[in-house]
Amino acid sequence: MTEVADAVTQAMTPIPGVVPPPDLEVVNMSKHFGTLIALDNVSMKLKPATFHALLGENGAGKSTLVKCIMGFYKPTSGQVMIDGRVCQIDSPRDAQRYGIGMVYQHFTSVPSMTVAENLVLSRYDSPGLINWKQEYQELTAFMEAAPFKLPLDATIAQLAAGQKQKLEILKQLYLKSKILILDEPTSVLTPAEADEVLGLIRQQVTDGKISVLMISHKFREIMAFADEITVLRKGKFAGAGRVKDLTVSEMAEMMMGEKREPQPVKKVAHREPIPVLEIRDIHANKDNGLEAVAGVNLTVHSGEIVGIAGISGNGQRELVEVLAGQRPATAGQVLVNGEPYTMTRAEMDKHRVFVLPEEPLRNACVPHMSVAENLALRTFDRPPQAKGFLLVFKAIHEMALGLINTFKIKTPSPETPVGNLSGGNIQRTVLARELHSDHIKLLIAANPCFGLDFAAVDYIHGQILEARNRGVAILLVSEDLDELLKLSDRILVISGGKFAYESKTEEADFAQIGQSMAGH
Amino acid sequence: MAAEALGWWGVPLGIFAGTLRGSAPFLFVSLGECLTEKSGKINLGLEGTLLTGAMSAYAISYLGAEKWGVPSALSPWLGVLVAGCAGMVLGLIHAWLSQQPKVNDIAVGIAMIIFGSGIAFFFGKPFIQPKAPQLPTIDIGGWSTMPAVQSALKISPLFILGVFIAPLMAWFFKSTRWGLFVRAVGDSPDAALAMGVSIKKVRMLCIIAGSFLAGIGGACLSLYYPGIWSESISSGQGLMAVALVIFARWNPIQCLWASLFFGGAQAIGPALQAVGIEQGRYLFNAAPYVLTLLIMIITCSPKKTLSGAPGALGTISG
Repeated sequence: MTEVADAVTQAMTPIPGVVPPPDLEVVNMSKHFGTLIALDNVSMKLKPATFHALLGENGAGKSTLVKCIMGFYKPTSGQVMIDGRVCQIDSPRDAQRYGIGMVYQHFTSVPSMTVAENLVLSRYDSPGLINWKQEYQELTAFMEAAPFKLPLDATIAQLAAGQKQKLEILKQLYLKSKILILDEPTSVLTPAEADEVLGLIRQQVTDGKISVLMISHKFREIMAFADEITVLRKGKFAGAGRVKDLTVSEMAEMMMGEKREPQPVKKVAHREPIPVLEIRDIHANKDNGLEAVAGVNLTVHSGEIVGIAGISGNGQRELVEVLAGQRPATAGQVLVNGEPYTMTRAEMDKHRVFVLPEEPLRNACVPHMSVAENLALRTFDRPPQAKGFLLVFKAIHEMALGLINTFKIKTPSPETPVGNLSGGNIQRTVLARELHSDHIKLLIAANPCFGLDFAAVDYIHGQILEARNRGVAILLVSEDLDELLKLSDRILVISGGKFAYESKTEEADFAQIGQSMAGH
Repeated sequence: MAAEALGWWGVPLGIFAGTLRGSAPFLFVSLGECLTEKSGKINLGLEGTLLTGAMSAYAISYLGAEKWGVPSALSPWLGVLVAGCAGMVLGLIHAWLSQQPKVNDIAVGIAMIIFGSGIAFFFGKPFIQPKAPQLPTIDIGGWSTMPAVQSALKISPLFILGVFIAPLMAWFFKSTRWGLFVRAVGDSPDAALAMGVSIKKVRMLCIIAGSFLAGIGGACLSLYYPGIWSESISSGQGLMAVALVIFARWNPIQCLWASLFFGGAQAIGPALQAVGIEQGRYLFNAAPYVLTLLIMIITCSPKKTLSGAPGALGTISG
């Protein structure tokens, strides 16, 4: 951490030969959507050649603020000033003219095109006819000087998530943006990838070439890479300061409005653990037909959380899909309560198996169906929600109202299509459906807190632990090691489709876990 | 049929000639569909566009020569142009309808098949009988003394035009700013939006341009081969062309090969018939349809994702 801090003081003095980035100031910015006040009189200043983090919970107005700067939204009031002059930015194209570029939370490269095509396409002034020979020469020269290298001829679909994110940043450097706005740039990256990407950006900032404004709610990254922070809460300015002068709990306090300790985890010991889920030598293939899961054996007992850690793409997704019935296993057997389990609806019901898959909107919801209908997906074909082959809408509606209440799902009505809810509320909807049953015996959860804010994460962790304490057997697959260490009783590492490490969580050797994850 | 004098050699010659003759409509419709699908929309309505194009080309060619005093060398070309424009009108309707919120392209496409063929049948009634001037052909069979070979090797200039459009379109997708925009819109609308490209406009233009090509495909049918106007003239070629685009992996050059392949398959039946094989004639005539089905079966797999498919193909907007 000390070298970063030193670098910061250096960066403040202009470095000869480098055009310093301009100074960006937001003055009294407000944005109203109808009656909703998304942003209320917020001011902030991004000093040249600094790494500035914009913090806040989901819905605090961070995205609205940067979208106002970028010209996506027209602010209701307030101004953007660049180098002390008021600038009218009406579109991202105007922003590019002022040297401001944004890297979005989701990749904005075209998957079927090559890196070179995507870079050329990103230029607003790209010529009508593209002289590929000349462009290639220029791109090769650009790539040589760039902080990270990517193959120009590779299509985006072939790149790993980390490389895609690098391309998004390269794009901005290619466009000669001096101010980079990053919207949660690491949300789809593994910690190692995130550190690499942010470290390289940090280097550019330290060299005085660019300024960075990064939306984030990962304190680890902010402590390691940012110089200053601005915190928003419910659309209002909630605090600012230098990272050096602040602690994590002070930042969290600014964000949440009150000091909050992480909830202590209460675990009840179970005396007679019964094996609930037994996985025997399961093999499964990826979409492209290559082997993803190469023979894994695992037993999960009642009242136990077994965590599977691993860098994404090592077979955990395919394993969960096999267990959820979404992907056929090429070999092996799954037993639940000692009986062969083939993921039919009848067996799921009989053995009380429930699943919280990752990307719930894609894997566990029907986006165009209502919240109530989605909540009833497990139960609609049984009394009291069904009478013979007819549905009893009243029963479905009533259950939905009850679940919306207990699980605090924020939805305008039970009839709203679930696809219209925010990510956290979609996750709550699935959680409500999967966890409300009393008789649940086995829960399979994959990255249940991915992309959610603190309050939602705490809530979901609480629900999972509560289920464990009731005696549910839980298989938890997660890319967040902290989450696994906090929740699980036993931890395994999957690498290259096989388990590379196993231990009880209290005896887990952190260094060895890291090594196993990296495949050593 | 021309192949009689050649005996069994007539079969390959017949298939070859049939390929040159019959593949032009496939080529135009599939290129049009390729352009449309590259932008992320499906236009099943090209079947209707094909029929409307065939009817309007024939009608204008006939009316031009007989009623309006246009020279009979020129009036078929006028017909071709009008067929393209008629296609554009249908394309505009499809583009507008299919981009309304929560509207499905397939449903609109089927409606447009019915609408396009209905329009063609309605206005085409009076033109079933009269004989319209046909498009000129380029004879490449002059070297041969056999009339069978000569008559088999008459190529339509439209076919040659289509052969040139295929690489031109491939080049357009690769090396022009607009071509990259079209691919971006079809593959990742979010990315296109972030680049400041209007998805609606790009798709609208692609659908209209694609329908223009399909209209010209119709003109090939009525003004070159078979060279008549009747209600059963398209026999589903517009729909087959949609399958053909999948077969061609959304690549214009491969659309050309696939069109030749389908055109050839279509010629198997008549070529065998010409040498006197009457048995199983309906079976051979069904070759293109069987091929379409086979391609669908081969390319559909629950385990593999289709390579080359535009990412946003057929998704519902809004």
